[in-house]
Amino acid sequence: MADDTSIRALEEKVAELRTMMESGGVDLSEEITLLEKKLFALRREQYARMSDWDRVKLARHPERPRGSPLVEAVAENFYELRGDRMGGDDPALRGGPALLDGRRIMILFHHRGSTREQQHACRFGMATPQGYRKAIRLMNIAERLRLPLLSLVDTPGAYPGVQSEEQNIAGAIAESISRTLALDVPTLTVILGEGGSGGAIAIAATDRVLMMENATYSVISPEGAAAILWKDPQATPQAAQALRLTAPPLMELGLIDQIIAEPVGGAHTDPKSTADELRTAVSNHLHELSSIPLDELRALRYKRYRNAGSVRAAADQRG
Amino acid sequence: MPIRRDDRGRYVEVEPRRTEETAWLRCRECGELVFRRKLKESNHICQRCGAYFFLTAHERVTSLVDEDSFEPLGLGATSLDPLEFVDRRPYQERLEEAQAITGLNDAILVGRGTLDGCPLVLAVMDFRFIGGSMGQVVGDEIAAALERCAQEEVPFVLVVASGGARVQEGMVSLLQMAKTVAARNVLAEAAVPFIAVLTYPSSGGMLASVGSLADITIAEQGAMIGFAGPRVIEQTTGERLPAGFQTASFALEHGMVDQVVTRESLRAELTRALSVLQGGSHG
Ligand SMILES: [Zn+2]
Repeated sequence: MADDTSIRALEEKVAELRTMMESGGVDLSEEITLLEKKLFALRREQYARMSDWDRVKLARHPERPRGSPLVEAVAENFYELRGDRMGGDDPALRGGPALLDGRRIMILFHHRGSTREQQHACRFGMATPQGYRKAIRLMNIAERLRLPLLSLVDTPGAYPGVQSEEQNIAGAIAESISRTLALDVPTLTVILGEGGSGGAIAIAATDRVLMMENATYSVISPEGAAAILWKDPQATPQAAQALRLTAPPLMELGLIDQIIAEPVGGAHTDPKSTADELRTAVSNHLHELSSIPLDELRALRYKRYRNAGSVRAAADQRG
Repeated sequence: MPIRRDDRGRYVEVEPRRTEETAWLRCRECGELVFRRKLKESNHICQRCGAYFFLTAHERVTSLVDEDSFEPLGLGATSLDPLEFVDRRPYQERLEEAQAITGLNDAILVGRGTLDGCPLVLAVMDFRFIGGSMGQVVGDEIAAALERCAQEEVPFVLVVASGGARVQEGMVSLLQMAKTVAARNVLAEAAVPFIAVLTYPSSGGMLASVGSLADITIAEQGAMIGFAGPRVIEQTTGERLPAGFQTASFALEHGMVDQVVTRESLRAELTRALSVLQGGSHG
């Protein structure tokens, strides 16, 4: 991104003045307000100029609110359920029941980890067959206990490893999609950061799909597309644009239902307000979905996915 | 994208057969030049090393159903190029070229027919059409075929030859995974059998959706069956791939398929599978 260093310098300056004010008893609030205004303007300017590739980088930003800290900020009483009951527990795909705005729900989320160690343990949020089998187990519990399902997606993709293949990652994803589609409870997805291909759709074939303003959702990473189609890693920004992986074009294509606004500069600049916006959006959609009879909900869900990106549905819309 | 190991252990991308004109084809396993007409007589199997050449969708249909029983059911649609996608070439151009080479609208041929007198709906993918990738047309065709089978209580047979999702259709192609699985669930509710045949290659989004959800799954010898390509796995994880990785026998050993059969015996195996699922013998 263009002016990341000047923004960072300003951020540091503001922090410095704050410390000085607190320790020295000098009133610097005017200076601080001025700098903060400048910072905001700079962020907004940079924000407006963002390319799709910039947005991919923002979606992957190391400080972006995500994973269990975000779950804790959005919901109360989160009780983590672990293990696929078939031999393992995947730390990259987690979940459990929680309370959201007073409503009992089942949450599934990708976890990328914040420390280096965590990131390695959960493979930067790339889930294995064990993760998707745990997801299916949690969906079964959600259905039994009549808990609406909330999927919070943030993954580069399913983990491409030898063991993943040996344990049939493709079959695990397919079964997870199938279970999601058949659930007899309201279901909702929010793409938080990266919605990476099969690893994302595995838990995202829900009644409604929302996207954070700076999230991306794609069939392949821009790097992957550049390598395969352009045969040139330099073409990555171009690929990011061609794939139309940001929220506005996906809204235009009718593939998502709402874009959740982020603070100027991105979610990481204000995690608290991000969590509040997210909670409000999720709560509103769950409220709406819960008023629809389950038979009707499942029929609507079938229609949604049957017509998704369909040639005939598109022709009907045009005609 | 289809990738496989060449005889020196490197990964090479497999270029699908480009035109119907060339009289000679090179075997991707042993390098032998094979006369095309001769290959037809040998069921598209290399006489020197036993490697399997791709079958076109039409060749596959002919090899599986009773003579003259096939009646196409295709929707007749072509991709709308929903992203107006251009990489080094416009997607529209790739589509037109693939249509000219294959004589198909997209990477799948759907129709009804009989197998030893037993009626079925058959959907066969054609690898020559942009790597057999699944975009909106393939998704629509599979979903429509599954719905028809549910309604008419006719078994569904899907022959997979696909590198995965159609990248040029972006998220539209990813959603075909959900579409085909949704339609598969409808067939399940109707209690109608579904048999998948996994051939070279069966991978990516095609395998991670309807391709993995059949009642009986048969792998053709010579198939490549796996979610991620070998190169992606090596680059992401640095892991060394074991011998025979993602082959048909690897899939059998790891519990992903019910049978591995040769090309010559596929038809008989399908007949047997269909008759056992329908609780009676036909013919
Ligand atoms: Zn050969």
